[in-house]
Amino acid sequence: MSDDRLTIAGREFRSRLWVGTGKYKDFVETKKAIETSGADVVTVAVRRVNITDRNSENLLDYLDPKQYTILPNTAGCYTVEDAVRYARLARAAGVSDLVKLEVIGDERTLFPDTAGLIEAARILIKEGFVVLPYTNDDPIVAQKLVDIGCPAVMPLAAPIGSGLGIRNPYNLKIILETVNVPVIVDAGVGTASDAALAMEYGADAVLMNTAIAGAREPIAMAEAMKYAVEAGRLAYKAGRIPRKLYATASSPIEGML
Amino acid sequence: MRIQVNGEPRQVCEEINVTDLLRDLQLNVERVAVEVNLEILDRRDFDAKTLQEGDRIEILSFIGGGT
Repeated sequence: MSDDRLTIAGREFRSRLWVGTGKYKDFVETKKAIETSGADVVTVAVRRVNITDRNSENLLDYLDPKQYTILPNTAGCYTVEDAVRYARLARAAGVSDLVKLEVIGDERTLFPDTAGLIEAARILIKEGFVVLPYTNDDPIVAQKLVDIGCPAVMPLAAPIGSGLGIRNPYNLKIILETVNVPVIVDAGVGTASDAALAMEYGADAVLMNTAIAGAREPIAMAEAMKYAVEAGRLAYKAGRIPRKLYATASSPIEGML
Repeated sequence: MRIQVNGEPRQVCEEINVTDLLRDLQLNVERVAVEVNLEILDRRDFDAKTLQEGDRIEILSFIGGGT
């Protein structure tokens, strides 16, 4: 699999499993889970620093930005203005123009506000950002995001943190067929088979956080996800057999008594 | 003079610049973004940016987060 690299906007990625860094017990567990997952892209959020507790540790003390691609998100932003502001802050705090753009439309579902997403993406692309948009499983919106210059799209499998797996495989398949940029399935994965399935459909990568961090044994689940994504990718490239209603014997009839 | 840092009032010396403030707060200049009165600063301008009475400063950095 070493030659099977994922390329987005001229950047090469080794792993097709991307992971979030939220919800872990502590930074030690975060680091261990991410190392085990084999991921080389990690998402982070941008928030106020704690100025009262000066001994508070920094996430980047545990995740070396030289070793990982740090992908800041605009999670928690419900308006175009907020998402653009957080993206700019992320760029100022970091080292790259990459942003995982989220414009959230609703608190209960955390579904994206796709109209706001397109508007925010347009503004940020004009400012030189590499915008990776967290979007709905809507092929039309995905194509619009590509048309305005997003070098990849990140459709959800299911609501963030829901663990429901791929709710709309047919829409996902249409997106995979119609857009000519990498597709990263983002959010909603519950267990290893969900990730494998996304990769078997032809997704270019899978991004997850809660499925690993929220598992009873996060480190073990990180390992499971690593293999699931690799297995799914290999199966996709190998080409599955067609589904048939009736049996086809795999042992020859010839030579039977 | 009084300024506001991450929503909290704070007493600082006159003529303090952003680099001084970050040093006082023991923050790594390379790991934060600074906004002064809603204007995001380039890291290269931290020395040159002298703070004024009543300035509202936001200091942010990366924390754990997924989607």
